[in-house]
Amino acid sequence: MKETDISSIPYINSLSGIKEPFRDGCRAMQKDIICLKERSAVHNKVLPSIEKAVEMCGLKDGMTISFHHHFRNGDYVLNMVMETIARMGIKDLTVAASSLAEIHDPLVGHIKSGVVKRIETSGMRSKLADAISRGLMDIPVTFRSHGGRAYAIESGQLKIDVAFLGAPSCDPYGNANGYSRDHDTGISCGSMGYAKLDALYADKVVIITDNIVPYPNAPFGIPESQVDYIVKVDAIGDPQGIMSGATRYTKNPKELLIAETTTEVIAASGYFYDGFSFQLGTGGASLATARFLREKMLEEKIKASFVLGGITGQVVKLHEEGLVKKLLDVQSFDLIAAESLKNNRFHQQIDASYYASPGNEGSAVNQLDVVVLSALEIDTDFNVNVLTGSDGVIRGAIGGHCDTAAGAGMAIVVAPLMRGRIPTIVKRLNTIVTPGKTIDVVVTDQGIAVNPQRPELYERLTKAGLHVRRIEELQESAERLAGCPEPVRYTDKVVGVVTYRDGSVIDLIYQIAE
Amino acid sequence: MKRLRRSILYVPGNNPGMIRDAHIYGSDVILLDLEDSVAMTEKDAARFLVYNALKTLDFGGKEVAVRINGLDTDFGLKDLEAVVRAQPDVIRLPKTDSEQDVIACEKEIERIEAACGIPVGKTKMIAAIESAQGVLNAREIAHASKRLVGIALGAEDFTADLKTTRSADGIELLTARSMIVMAARSAGIDALDTVFSDVNDTEGFIKEAKLIKQLGFDGKSVINPSQIKPLHAVFTPTKDEIEKSLAIVEAMEEARKRGSGVVSMNGKMIDKPVLDRALHLLELAGATNALRSAMQ
Repeated sequence: MKETDISSIPYINSLSGIKEPFRDGCRAMQKDIICLKERSAVHNKVLPSIEKAVEMCGLKDGMTISFHHHFRNGDYVLNMVMETIARMGIKDLTVAASSLAEIHDPLVGHIKSGVVKRIETSGMRSKLADAISRGLMDIPVTFRSHGGRAYAIESGQLKIDVAFLGAPSCDPYGNANGYSRDHDTGISCGSMGYAKLDALYADKVVIITDNIVPYPNAPFGIPESQVDYIVKVDAIGDPQGIMSGATRYTKNPKELLIAETTTEVIAASGYFYDGFSFQLGTGGASLATARFLREKMLEEKIKASFVLGGITGQVVKLHEEGLVKKLLDVQSFDLIAAESLKNNRFHQQIDASYYASPGNEGSAVNQLDVVVLSALEIDTDFNVNVLTGSDGVIRGAIGGHCDTAAGAGMAIVVAPLMRGRIPTIVKRLNTIVTPGKTIDVVVTDQGIAVNPQRPELYERLTKAGLHVRRIEELQESAERLAGCPEPVRYTDKVVGVVTYRDGSVIDLIYQIAE
Repeated sequence: MKRLRRSILYVPGNNPGMIRDAHIYGSDVILLDLEDSVAMTEKDAARFLVYNALKTLDFGGKEVAVRINGLDTDFGLKDLEAVVRAQPDVIRLPKTDSEQDVIACEKEIERIEAACGIPVGKTKMIAAIESAQGVLNAREIAHASKRLVGIALGAEDFTADLKTTRSADGIELLTARSMIVMAARSAGIDALDTVFSDVNDTEGFIKEAKLIKQLGFDGKSVINPSQIKPLHAVFTPTKDEIEKSLAIVEAMEEARKRGSGVVSMNGKMIDKPVLDRALHLLELAGATNALRSAMQ
């Protein structure tokens, strides 16, 4: 009999059991014969403190650390970790958060003291944004969309050394999730979509939780195989700030009018058919579209195949009524959505790459028929700004704006023609976030504009009797009321770099001149 | 064609944002209010704002009315002096108790029109009846001026005057409503109903809208834009009604050619009143685009 040659299979010949007694690499280790319950308490990944975790991860000056924003304005994790790191004397870090909120204002102090040298985020608000707009940092902030961040991580443009990921539940080995099936402590964020990708790609992953539950914490958002350490703390966030009970429909009549018109646009667009897919972005008018769309779907006996994105209680209602077959959830917006993720089998948790990465042909945004998005400013070329206010100060977040606009068959942007005395539709906007060629329709309280690139949409909407106007007309009617505002004055210092989905620079944000 | 007044949207005269946006909600009439929705301390500011709004804003072709303060108050005449110059379509006079109130107001309007070169008679009027006495004088009020395009019921003051309160079914308003409709019809002007104050009770609102339509009213005041669409839906003829009316008009046309004034359709006699009703319905349908959709 011919002897089989196994030497060409890598590593196989290093096995030693063929002609002699079997000795594996772990032979020194005794078999663990204690029971699961005891083992979970003795051998696990839980460390006594954040400081210990920072030490074990080998965090050094100049490294990149990441955080997720699923706890929104109730997040304690980022501040807690940054305080510890500052105390330990580590400097010049890059903070790559999926987004930042008002609660993260203490970052201002860490920037001043040299702990934080650079920031990557989807957006920021409040004092931090204000200080950065006024030139706080030497290196400009990198703004990335959710899909753009995913792509940057996947492609190596953004390398995360240590990810500190808050989780409402985690077992002693790192199976972490955005809710607790047992032992609920009342903290819940639903989907862990943005954290999932950090866990997959970061060199070291630390789960910060207030709730260590028995193994296995299944189903999980983040699997134990991606987790290095776990730290239990007293509190990871303020439930009030993390999410409210239910996203309520706006009562603002103007937003309701825009939502109703948006539904009419969808119904007439050719994208309203049995099996269509949609996403509703944040903002009163956008979210309220669910209410009118529901009526229209019932009336015309149309069901959606899936809803993507930030999921709200209203969308969950459509799902539970059978009007929407599946929910793809990268971020849950309210407690009803979090509960649904827990209980509805066709409510699927997805990560940021699955959601929106441009490096993945199959990414869910590419399967969207319709997306409804908000805007701070829209110019007459349909370019959209969701990042800086009319005063040039950073006050928003890119989110999935440009990702969904690029992916969806029809991207609708909704906004009032004016906010107070500030026109929304302008000749030139402060910051381009989403290029106009990806925006198809703009719906305002004073009429609809269709991108000239989409003549067939224009025809369908006018045929349906909708009030379609040229976008220049909308801009002019706003200007007639408000006059032409003085342009914002900037210095020549760049404070923010706005990237498009693939990492290319689409615009720069300058320091405002005082 | 006659102007529709199915919905009259109240807009507080001291709220610039609401005045600016009032035309986007699709009401037939925009009513800028200087009276009860404006606090005493805001009266002058509101008058100034409404004057300038009328002079500068585009209300999208809607009929614009201004409710002034009563001429027996310190503000009424000042309101007229300012507002008539800015040329709204209609002045709404509150708390009209008698034809004298209408005549007195008309006199002032005429004087102001003449003084500033506005064609005399251009400014129309609506008189709001808000007391038992006013209801009893409804017929005289409705006939008091050629400027009047409608009379309206103001139910809050009226029920207080009656020493009762408003109920869900509105039984306390039945007589007043009917008398106002009859007075308006006798003068050939519009009968306009009062507001329904519970914005969240859409069902109750629709029920009341159906009731007042059945009583003969041409329209109703609304305090929230969300009430406009359901109200218009109540006043929009259905496809069936339109088809039936078209058939009636056609049948009568045939009969006329044969020299007959009466014709029978599906076993029912059709004569002039039936024809008038059909024509009125088609006119309403034409104005609301319902005719176009029914023909498609």
